[in-house]
Amino acid sequence: MPTRRTFSSLVMLLMLCGGTPALAQDQAIVVASTTSTQDSGLFDHILPVFEAKTGIDVKVVAQGTGQALDTGRRGDADVVFVHAKAQEEKFVEEGFATERFDVMYNDFVLVGPKSDPAGISGTKDIAAALIEIRTREAPFVSRGDKSGTHSAEIRLWKEAGLDIGTAKGQWYREIGQGMGAALNTASAMNAYVLSDRATWLSFRNRGDLGIVVEGDKRLFNQYGIMLVNPEKHPNVKAEAGQLFIEWLISPEGQASIGEYKIGGQQLFFPNAEQERS
Amino acid sequence: MSETVSAWQLIASGDATLFAIVRLSLAVSLTAVAIAMVVGLPLGAILALTRFPGRSAVVVILNGFMGLPPVVVGLTVYLLLSRSGPLGELGLLFTPTAMVIAQALLVLPIIAALTRQTVEDLWHEYREELTAMGVGPTGQVATLLWDSRFSLVTALLAGFGRAAAEVGTVMIVGGNIDGFTRTMTTAIALETSKGNLPLAMGLGLILIVLILLINATAWGVRAWSEQRAG
Amino acid sequence: MRAARSDLPLSLDDVSLIVGATTILDRVNLTIGPGAPTLILGPNGSGKTSLLRLCMGLASPSRGAVSWGGRTDGGPESRAILFQKPVMLRRSAAANVAYGLAQAGCPRGLRARRTEELLDRVGLLALALRPARRLSGGEQQRLALARALARQPEILLLDEPTASLDPAATRFVEEIVRAAAHSGTKIVMASHDLGQVRRLAGEVVFLVRGRVVEHASASDFLDRPSTPQAAAFVRGDLVL
Repeated sequence: MPTRRTFSSLVMLLMLCGGTPALAQDQAIVVASTTSTQDSGLFDHILPVFEAKTGIDVKVVAQGTGQALDTGRRGDADVVFVHAKAQEEKFVEEGFATERFDVMYNDFVLVGPKSDPAGISGTKDIAAALIEIRTREAPFVSRGDKSGTHSAEIRLWKEAGLDIGTAKGQWYREIGQGMGAALNTASAMNAYVLSDRATWLSFRNRGDLGIVVEGDKRLFNQYGIMLVNPEKHPNVKAEAGQLFIEWLISPEGQASIGEYKIGGQQLFFPNAEQERS
Repeated sequence: MSETVSAWQLIASGDATLFAIVRLSLAVSLTAVAIAMVVGLPLGAILALTRFPGRSAVVVILNGFMGLPPVVVGLTVYLLLSRSGPLGELGLLFTPTAMVIAQALLVLPIIAALTRQTVEDLWHEYREELTAMGVGPTGQVATLLWDSRFSLVTALLAGFGRAAAEVGTVMIVGGNIDGFTRTMTTAIALETSKGNLPLAMGLGLILIVLILLINATAWGVRAWSEQRAG
Repeated sequence: MRAARSDLPLSLDDVSLIVGATTILDRVNLTIGPGAPTLILGPNGSGKTSLLRLCMGLASPSRGAVSWGGRTDGGPESRAILFQKPVMLRRSAAANVAYGLAQAGCPRGLRARRTEELLDRVGLLALALRPARRLSGGEQQRLALARALARQPEILLLDEPTASLDPAATRFVEEIVRAAAHSGTKIVMASHDLGQVRRLAGEVVFLVRGRVVEHASASDFLDRPSTPQAAAFVRGDLVL
């Protein structure tokens, strides 16, 4: 394929002039993952360990869960690492992956302004808190991007007995962007917002925001990982991808995840089934 | 990048990651402009010299495409290069090459349209003289491009500015992969979404300074060579 | 490089040029052969520039035919034209001449030397590296002459090359033209300056409102004009 070679060599030439080491294409995999894993800095912590051990270069494309799964569906990623179990299981059902593995969990937190216009600070009941926000029409920022967090938010409204499709009004603001953008927006308009704890802990522009609801069992946030089915997309680097998955759920990978802390707080809790493999 | 790090500290400490990002940004945008130049200059010049039915429409479309939304270009290239797309076999998605292709497409109309305008203006002046000298079509294009070179530098800079400053296409087709396809603009977007606004702003300032430096250099070269060649 | 076939005589056979509703040249019959310079004389707007453009082949007549050595399809290889306001390419003086040489098919290896010769011939050697557009009006005319002569034309057409020059610059240009004529180039030059006719002309074509009113040797035209318009022009009266 001359086109590819011409372009690639041109780019590579320019980059080599600057001294970037040549990348071993066959030893690199693309992982479509979520903004929460990237923005929280988890990958910066665990990937160097894996890369040093195996020599496999892991390229992370951080997207919302919905988009990450779509990237996998199109065959543009080798591994998908996301957090929306229902969507992941559908992905397996459709045959785009053969198996899904639990990797780790953390939890969602409801973040809101210190002034707490809905008067829900300190409650442990997320459903009651959401009903209160809806009743008082306190500003609420929704991701609105089919991400894992967005799916979780929709599920929580449902569990609170509200159909957010009809209940939403001026107070409910769908921004269609990532977690960070949602937190920035909430910070700017003093709104409530559902966030995964990891992104929240690593987020720097908090303004007046703080955690108002946490600890409800329903706020549990499970992350899963899947190898894109090489039978659907022959270009998938199955061997290297599988190696990454195996490592992530191995005691070593799990320990690495557990070690990652910001300000003394652990962000993700490994929970892969160890009896396997 | 830890809590207390600012962009200036990154520069002062000669942060390798930062320099890799700067280098990639420049490499991608300059390569894209180079490709767009190789195609756009002759294309604009030929369009300036030829008359054919529907030429006005082509000119209007070309001028309009100067304002192509980067996201749309990005999405188009994404769909083309995706494994499920027509060029999927090349395996170019989420590589710097994909970013170069997308930016070249974004910049091409700017360079071609500005070239067309510049060359057409000069053509009115040169037409008789070149015809009298028996200069053929290829020679006309070459002569007009060369004699427009000072104005064309501005067209190239406009293209470069557009490429270096945009985030929409490189985010979509590059994927903002750390150490591989992360550019200045996608790094700024990332730091913003991390809520790390001072670092994002600092990176933004570095980008602006870089663009200014390149423009100043081009200006200097232009002034110097104009002095020599009129 | 001079073509094997001659472009002379240059003939206009019943040529008219009509643009819109305006008749610029009206049934012109003219044959220009080799020899001393032919000056196209006439008041402003009489059609001199259009006549030269037709002679160069830059325009086609609305009626009639222009032919060079009997051919109507001749390319401009053995002709050159000097416009009233020549276009200076945005390069050095030397590069302008070298460009002309290249277009005329001069081999690359010879260009530097030929450029030097030509610049010397028009007295611009000292300004070889000066940007052409920064030269004075007279210097630009001389440079354009050098560029035209680079083509080694059999016919050199000049459109009032001295119209906006001071006497010193005019003399300089005329000397170059005279030298070219001596070395065998056929000069066809538009002018409205009787003094120039005396100094340069072998024959005169007198043009009034698009018509050739008189075509005679320079001495006949100056001493024995056969038409009232020519007589008036020679006397220095206004000819409309």
